[in-house]
Amino acid sequence: MIHREEAKSAKVVVKEAEGGGFASPFPASRSLFLRGSFLLPALLFLGIFFFYPLLRILALSLDASVLTSENLNRALYVLRFTLYQALLSTLLTFLLGFPAAVLFARFDFRGKSLLRALTAIPFMLPTVVVAAGFNALLGPRGWLNLTLFPSSPVPFVGTLTAILIAHVFYNTTIVIRIVGNALTHLDPRLEQAARVLGADSRRVWREVTLPLLRGPMLAAGLLVFLFDFASFGVILLLGGPQFSTLEVEIYIQALQFLDLPMAALLSLIQLSCTLIFSVLYSRVVTRASVPITPKPSIARRPESLREKVFVASLLFLLSSFFILPLLSLPLRSLARLEADRGERGAMQYGLTGDYYTELFINRRGSIFYVPPIEAARNSLVYAAATVGLSLVLGFPVASTLARPGRLERILDPLLMLPLGASAVTLGLGFIVAFNRLLASPWLVPLAHTIIALPFVIRALQPAIASIPDRLRHAAATLGASHFRVWRTVDWPILSRAILAAATFAFTVSLGEFGAATLLTRPDNPTLPVAISRFLSQPGGLNYGQAMAMSTILMLVTLIGILLIEKLRLPGAGEF
Amino acid sequence: MLELAGISKDYEGKPLLADVSFTVAADETVCLLGASGSGKSTLLRIIAGLELPDAGQVLWNGADLASTPPHARDFGLVFQDYALFPHLTVFENAAFGLRMRNLPKDKINLRVAEVLELVNLSGFEKRKVTDLSGGEQQRVALARALAPRPRLLMFDEPLGALDRALKDELLNELRAILHRTQIPAIYVTHDQEEAIAIADRVLLLHDGRIVRQGTPAEVWSSPGSAWAARFLGVGNVVIGVGKIQVGRFQVETECGIFEPCCEHHHADRERVALLLKQHPFPLRGGAGGEVRARVEDVLFQRERFKVTLRGGLVVYLTEAPKIGEEISVAFAVECLGHD
Repeated sequence: MIHREEAKSAKVVVKEAEGGGFASPFPASRSLFLRGSFLLPALLFLGIFFFYPLLRILALSLDASVLTSENLNRALYVLRFTLYQALLSTLLTFLLGFPAAVLFARFDFRGKSLLRALTAIPFMLPTVVVAAGFNALLGPRGWLNLTLFPSSPVPFVGTLTAILIAHVFYNTTIVIRIVGNALTHLDPRLEQAARVLGADSRRVWREVTLPLLRGPMLAAGLLVFLFDFASFGVILLLGGPQFSTLEVEIYIQALQFLDLPMAALLSLIQLSCTLIFSVLYSRVVTRASVPITPKPSIARRPESLREKVFVASLLFLLSSFFILPLLSLPLRSLARLEADRGERGAMQYGLTGDYYTELFINRRGSIFYVPPIEAARNSLVYAAATVGLSLVLGFPVASTLARPGRLERILDPLLMLPLGASAVTLGLGFIVAFNRLLASPWLVPLAHTIIALPFVIRALQPAIASIPDRLRHAAATLGASHFRVWRTVDWPILSRAILAAATFAFTVSLGEFGAATLLTRPDNPTLPVAISRFLSQPGGLNYGQAMAMSTILMLVTLIGILLIEKLRLPGAGEF
Repeated sequence: MLELAGISKDYEGKPLLADVSFTVAADETVCLLGASGSGKSTLLRIIAGLELPDAGQVLWNGADLASTPPHARDFGLVFQDYALFPHLTVFENAAFGLRMRNLPKDKINLRVAEVLELVNLSGFEKRKVTDLSGGEQQRVALARALAPRPRLLMFDEPLGALDRALKDELLNELRAILHRTQIPAIYVTHDQEEAIAIADRVLLLHDGRIVRQGTPAEVWSSPGSAWAARFLGVGNVVIGVGKIQVGRFQVETECGIFEPCCEHHHADRERVALLLKQHPFPLRGGAGGEVRARVEDVLFQRERFKVTLRGGLVVYLTEAPKIGEEISVAFAVECLGHD
């Protein structure tokens, strides 16, 4: 559960996994051999494209030549900074997320569900889009600096503040969901009992509410910390290479210094840390039980002045914090606020479609050899390949996992392991393991398939498990042929799940940045890679094109999110 | 001590409590008896200050409590399903109210030991409340409410989740404890047996109003309304049409014509509810009547037989009649007013 682009799908995944009681389309009597052959392609694929690269990284990092004190010191420094920024980000996320959780759990107000959806959107957006959004709002060429402080721009991009704010932007929804849910389900009579026993509202919080929320808060904190710890795109694009977290340092060592052993060492540290935090998280989650009673919502309209001030100010803060970056991006892509190439005389301010039309032109001296829109084409092709591959590999696996036997129960965690590896590590693994194939355009969709596969499986599995055998038998006894049974009973359910899984894989691939940035050739970038390069180039035109491409990516992703929400099985779990 | 004056509360546009007024005297246990949804829990929450009434006052020794928040009212409330703090031990639960009053530690220890002793839970101090049985949790809830010596104790269906035998045992203990501590109490329940066992005075709550109040003996011997008689299961409620003929008031029912003496003023042809209570021997005059009817059903109930007669009347006999046999039973007849 590492990279941002993957995390979006975590929503659908977990809860329905044990779809007990229902049958897969494959009868229970199927032989071990048959089940094995359903799992084999995916296992082989994981073996070659996930475990083998990881093993190569492991081998490389344990090479004695890497373990110099200089390298270790550097690694230790990077690790310390990674932990530091993750801790700081987590604290700040709680600073905003906890009051927001209280707001959603305890109060009713107009536009509540809209605001909740709004706070959840960033979590599913590609990192480049979020980075571009903040850049469009607060960056050197953003709205704030170009309109309000053109002479003395406020520094934002390249500061730790930018990283922290983007992390808060991303992960506040985790706190709202986990802590807010716990707060909603907390038996209100516990607090009432405390009040009747003589506790004023502050002591009710301190003595009853907060202690009961400790588990969920710890779980939310660990999850947020995990995401901040493994954050890559945000740090590279908003902070810059001087803020080297483990992820960024892996990228720099691999691509700039070409020191693969050092990158591998960092990867190993990264993997171990992630593993530790994941184990901690799952332990906390299993223990973090709040006395849950299905009670009607206790949310109500704010009454006292204090409550009204709390609700109003938080509403204002949350809506502006979540709307502004998302809104300034498309607006900036359509607005000319400065000279495109320094030619101040002929400069026109105002609305423009130039940044979009420019995407189709292959300019001499531009950073690519092809028109930038080629990047979009690449991304679409890669995403389509990812969809096809992950469905072909994932569907048989999901079918067998839908009615798990002993074999499946053993293999299930194995199949989910890629969730724990970061995309940058995966990219590095590919570089190490398949260095002779680096020119191949297939590497990116292969890596994306590894990332998308667990989500595709988890999206399909509950749907397949939810098709009751009784329904199938009923249709058969009513005279339907094998095909008619499948067509009328299975297909309507399956088609939705397949479409949802495909959309997942598609958006994951489309927005994925970490692996793609390591694996794409300069002349064959994906959309996120192209955006990141345009963002780092000087010139208003480059910036405008970055904005235009980010806007396109944002819109496509938003459509994907909407589609997934629409297709989602009712009651499917979160995180 | 406690006085409720004209308490009204609407719930989703419908009146849940309508003009409820009563008092609770020192050392008195008042039982609010009513069907579920009759607003009795809401009334407790209003007294506790957890909810505000739409109209009316809650007074203590004459002083309005409207501006006193729940934590300053010094009332104890035992919740349905107890609402124990799951993150605290038995000791910490019982000590909660004392800690909120910022008492010194040694006093808290002393008092907690005392109340745990009172509810027979000595030695349970370190246990987690989530590991306790229902009855033990109930005792912890009682100890927690008792510990700060509240000036009023309230019970919201405290025994609802327990089985009969445990219920009876706890009721006896509870009555003894209330008697010993002399704290005035309000006990809310839908269970008549509990009400009879614990109440000095019963208030019957129906549709948000108090329809009958008195000692258990008074209320059960004369429920006062058709609803109350049916709810309490006292006798047979029979609906008939009243006729005034030459100054005599007769009620014609499916079971026959009765002539109750009654203080209501009835109009001619008015629908009237009568309470027919089985009586060992025929009564003379307006107070009695005799019914001859065919036996429709006989049900053995340990020391007696429940006999249903044609027309729906139920009587209890020590010997079983045959089904289809025609028997004659004497009733005391009371008029419950118009239906």
